[in-house]
Parts: sequence; structure tokens; C-alpha cells
Amino acid sequence: MTNSTEAKPIVKLNHLLGLDGISREAITEILDSADTFLGVLERPIPKVPSLRGVTVANFFFENSTRTKISFELAEKRMSADTISFATSGSSVSKGETLLDTVRNIEAMKIDVVVIRHSASGAPRFLADRIESAVINAGDGQHEHPTQGLLDMMTLRRKVGRLEGLNVLILGDIAHSRVARSNIHGLLAMGANVKVCGPATLMPRDIETLGAEPIFDLDEGLEWCDAVNVLRLQLERQKSGEIPSLREYNRTFGLTRARLERLTKEIVVMHPGPMNRGVEIDSDVADGPYSVILNQVTHGVAVRMAVLYLISGRERFVE
Amino acid sequence: MSNNQHTLPAGWRESVAHRIILKGGRLFHPGSELDQIADLAIQDGCIKHIGSIPSDFQGETVNCEGLLITPGLYDMHVHLREPGFEHKETVRTGCSAAAAGGFTGIACMPNTNPSTDNPGIVEFIRNQAKGLPVDVDPIAATTKGRKGETLTEMSELAATGVTAFSDDGSPIASADLMRRALEYTNMLGALLIEHCEEPTMTVGSIMHEGAVSTRLGLTGWPAVAEEIAIERNIQLAEYTGARLHCAHVSTARGVELIRNAKKRGVRVTGEATPHHVSLECSILEHYDSEYKVNPPLRESKDIEALIAGLADGTIDAIATDHAPHAHDEKEVELALAPFGMVGLETAFGVILTELVNTGRISLARAIDAMSTQPRRLMSLPDVSLEVGSEANLSIMDLNEQWTVERDTLNSKSHNTPFHGWKLTGRARGIYNNSKYWGRK
Repeated sequence: MTNSTEAKPIVKLNHLLGLDGISREAITEILDSADTFLGVLERPIPKVPSLRGVTVANFFFENSTRTKISFELAEKRMSADTISFATSGSSVSKGETLLDTVRNIEAMKIDVVVIRHSASGAPRFLADRIESAVINAGDGQHEHPTQGLLDMMTLRRKVGRLEGLNVLILGDIAHSRVARSNIHGLLAMGANVKVCGPATLMPRDIETLGAEPIFDLDEGLEWCDAVNVLRLQLERQKSGEIPSLREYNRTFGLTRARLERLTKEIVVMHPGPMNRGVEIDSDVADGPYSVILNQVTHGVAVRMAVLYLISGRERFVE
Repeated sequence: MSNNQHTLPAGWRESVAHRIILKGGRLFHPGSELDQIADLAIQDGCIKHIGSIPSDFQGETVNCEGLLITPGLYDMHVHLREPGFEHKETVRTGCSAAAAGGFTGIACMPNTNPSTDNPGIVEFIRNQAKGLPVDVDPIAATTKGRKGETLTEMSELAATGVTAFSDDGSPIASADLMRRALEYTNMLGALLIEHCEEPTMTVGSIMHEGAVSTRLGLTGWPAVAEEIAIERNIQLAEYTGARLHCAHVSTARGVELIRNAKKRGVRVTGEATPHHVSLECSILEHYDSEYKVNPPLRESKDIEALIAGLADGTIDAIATDHAPHAHDEKEVELALAPFGMVGLETAFGVILTELVNTGRISLARAIDAMSTQPRRLMSLPDVSLEVGSEANLSIMDLNEQWTVERDTLNSKSHNTPFHGWKLTGRARGIYNNSKYWGRK
């Protein structure tokens, strides 16, 4: 798309804070661009000059391996200048507030802030207070929009459409930002979404988001075309939200036996990192229905598309 | 006063004239069904004449035409932050904010540092308030260090004049300790004020639990955690016969529990804050910490129930839970920001604009809930507008329209949820302790 005159983005993104409220047109634009950038990644020299001169600062205030590497790779493939700042724990405990930290880096002239933070709303908090464009790389239990987008990209490429698709999100819905971004994005694209998991990990009034909660995994698998298996934080057992990991696996774990009982093939996704033997068994994760590694590849392409639509805006929308 | 600049609200003046005539005001005292336009003459802190003022009574005249003159407003739930957190508020700045809001008296909560759990701190706070027209009545802690473990030396504290005890902000988790606290305060004739929250259900909670918290990914503070605590404490008050006051009731069922308990004769009372009767939890959409408060803002059905409770007297008092925090403490990620909002200067305007002028509660009930009832709950003498009684008055303009500007607040902290709101109704002056403070 970078060498095509008719590929100017029609969608203007100032920030990407979440998929809540984002239009179908915007998502389609991002996914279409991502498909193009996926082609770039397969070239012998997988690099385009789209973001030359654009400086992206990656702030990872919470541990992350794949999302951080995925963003950094996407930025490099787009020829952006990048810096990364990673620290775990709250910014306040380090003696400087989040806002001060980001404003200081911003004063060194950057264009885009990518932020991962354990507090829900931290990207919105920054976007309301700084000049740079803000991309949410996962905030607390709120949203992880690029994950939602890469999940949709994977589904769309695998099945050919999102409209009318039945997607089951399985696991710890209450604490999952991936679940929320998937719900908002999939519903905007015309898919149907149900959520399945133990009642203790189902957030109050979840149906108001448009996703029906169900508690029988086999019923959910029978209904769906694709299942997105969420990571179970192991501390949920300690906090009393589930009786044991063993029981979780037996009741809500995606096992080969469950898949073999189905009369159809379904797509199996997982945002990673996986707890093999807890929420998903190894022979499913590595099995024929799994698109888990495709998701990782698509993550780079989707992030290239988001960066392009956000920071390429002044240069390309003219 | 040498340090009036920190004491008087901005744009106000002080008068210590022996004789003051409040001219042409509407004298309004719901308790005695007084509602008439008349001049009122004060001499040395005492109401000398009402109606026709003898021609030989010469004094400073304050034009009160078009203004309401009521028994001094009283806020029984204020955090003055001194000692320990003087960067947020001091007794002086808090009293300045109170005066600007039309209050002549406030009760301050004991979550100071060190906490107000001994006569020395109580005395310190009283000393800081000396000479001010706004009376400050310290509420002492229920338990030492507000830790919920052992009772404070309540008898000794009561002997210094403390009439109410509370661990506000830290609910008493142990039902047995709560029982003992009620028994002990009852023996002393004191009021036990409880922040009703079942703490095991609110670990890490940021906002009301429901559709909005689910959408925003914020840990919920379920209404039932308040209702369980209210019910437990009502049962204990009933069993012990003690006086229980539920601070900042925020839920519909909480109101209902208090209503039913009152019907069967339990000595339970309740208060509601201006923010809980005017703001819904959906306002947290942008994760703005100005709206983070404990208990949290709730839903419209809760607001409706609180207003109905105020109207029928189930909720006895309006109290602000004025909770100042410095800007840099609030200007952080929502999860890290402290709970609380200032309220002294906006309380009357919010109640008049949102509840009285909309016909939800009467002006008489509003003044009753902001003056007579909280004083009674604090075991303070009634204030009356009669010749011979001590002058303790608020002078309010029911028609003034103004816009709340956070930077012009007199409180040391500016964490108001009402910034930019257009309100009707504002204080013009107060008279108390033989002093008049009012707008120039």
C-alpha cells in the first residue's frame, strides 16, 4: 500500500485506546491494511519507509514479552525510530508519577506513545493530558485493542468473514482485557459472541456488553465457530475464585476429548502465554485446529497497520 | 486576626462590631415554622430584636434584602486533615471553605496522623479552631489508631466534650468489636458513626460494581457490601439499644434498611452526601479520579431512593464528606488515586439546584437536614431565631447563579466533582461566636 496512490487511509485515528465504540469501517480499514502489511513481512526485505522520521516510545509498565517485541518489530518494519522503557510495578513506587515520566520523554520530541499498564484507564488518562498519539498495548482489566484486532484478523483470514460468525470467549472474563476488546470488536463486525467461564470469574452485568454468559463449555463449543481461550492467572486459585486448577481444567479446560466430541471443526485461538494443562491442553494448542502461532504473526501486521493509520495521518491524509 | 488571609473566604470581610443589624432578610427556621421578612438586630453575639428595631439601637447594618437567614448550617462529616496532612487541608483552610459554604459548624473525622484517638489531639484541633466563627467539633476514633482492634478511651474523650465516635474510612470488621463499641458509646450517651462497608468484599475496589465497572474493567464495589454492613450494624444497634449513625448512605437498599429499622424503633440515623444524590457512576467513563470516592457513586435508582429517603426523613442529615486531596495525589492512574472529593463550598448550591428547585425536597427539609438534624445527632443545642438566643446564623442567597471554578475554591485542595457546574444558591455570610463574616 505504501507504493500505491489509491491506498490513502480513509480512517483517521487520533489514538487507539480501545475497541469500545470503534466503527465497523475503522476496524475494516485496519484489518485490510494489516493484510497488506502481512505481505510486506513475507518479502525478502520486510521493511517499508512509511514511518521514517516518526518516533515511537514504548512504555511497558507491566511485564510483557510478546506484545512488547511485537510492537518493537512492527515499528522497525515501518522504519520508525523507537525507544523502549520497561519497568514493572507502579510508577509511583519509583518516586515519579506516570504523567511526569511520560511528559519527560515527550519533551524529548516523540510522536507516538505505546503504553502497557496494570491500571485500567491509564492510556485514556495519558491521552487526555499529552500531545502524542496514544496506543493502548493493554491496560489492566480494560482493553487490549491490538490483541482484539489481531484475533479478528486471524479469524477473518481463516474463515473468510466475521459477519455472522459465532465466537466463544472462554475463561477468566472478569479480569480479561482481551475478552473486552474481542467482545467490542467482534460485535461491531457483526459476529455473535458468548462468554463462558466459572461464575466467579464472570463480571457483573456482562450481558450489557452484548455477550451472553454461559456456564456449560460443551454447549458453548457446540454453538461456536471459533473459541478464544483466555489465560488463567494462576493466583485465581489462591484468591478463592476457583477451587483448584485441576477442577478448572476439568470444567473449563479446552481438551482434545471435548473437541473430538464435536461434529464440526472449530478454530482454536489463545492470546498467550498459555498455561498448558490448565486452560488448554497441549494436544489442542499444538493440534490441527490451532491458529495460535498465526495470531502471533498477525500481531506484527496489525500493529504496523495501527501505527500507520495513526502516525502516518499527517503525512498521508492530505 | 493577623492571619485572616488564610481564614476568611476570598472576597469576604470580618466584622466584630458589637451591634449588627441584618436588614430585610427572610428569617427561616423550619423547626419553629418561622418564615417572615424582618430585620434582626444582634448585640454581642445575642439576638436582641426581631422586627422593629428601636431607633436607639445603632450598629453596623448588613443589607439582607432578598436573602435567607437560617439557623447556622452544620456539616457533621468533614475531613480537616490536620494534624498530619496539612498539604491537603488545615483546620483554618477547612473552616474558610466551610464559611464560604455557609456553615457555622462542622464535625471533623479522626483519620488524621496521628489519629484523633486521644484527648491531646482533640484539644489540638480545638485550639487550631479558636477564634473562628466556624465551630469545630472533633469526632474521636472508635478504636485506637483506627485499627479496629481496641476501643479508644471513650469515657475520657467524652469528658472533654466529644459527643461522637467513628473510625470513618475504616469500617469495623469485627461484629464483636462493633457490639462493644455500641455498648460503650451508649453508656456515655454518645453517637457511633459508622462507615458501613463489608471490607472483605471491597478489596481493591475502585467504583460501583455493575455494567459500567464491567465495561471499564475496574474492580467493583458492590452495593451489597454496604447493605450487609448497614444491616449488621442495625441488628447490633437494636440488640444493644445504642445510637448508630450510618455515614454517607449510598444505596437504595441501604435507605430501605434504615427506614424499616426506624419503624420498629431502632435508634438508627443516616446521612447522604450532595455527590451521592447528584452524580451517577457512569461519569467515570474517562477514568477521572475527581469522581473516585468511597462509597462510590452509584446508579440512578440509588439516587432516587436517597432523595426519597431525604424527603421522608429516613435520611436525617445532609453531610458533605468533604475529603480534600492535593492535585498531584489525584492526578494519577485511577487505581492509585485516593478516594474523596471536597464538598463544603458546593453543598448548598448542589442541594438547592438539584433537589429543592426541582421540587424533590422542600426548602424546609433541606435546611432541617443541613442544620437542625446534624446538630441534634451531635448532641449540640438547638439553634433558634428568637430574641434572647445566641446568634448562630447562615445568610444565603437562593437566587444567585454561579459557576463552580475549582481554582477559586477556598479549600486548600480543589478536587471537586462539580467543576464547571452552574449552580443556583450560595452563601453570603455567617454570624457565629460574636463575629460576622460575609461577602464584601
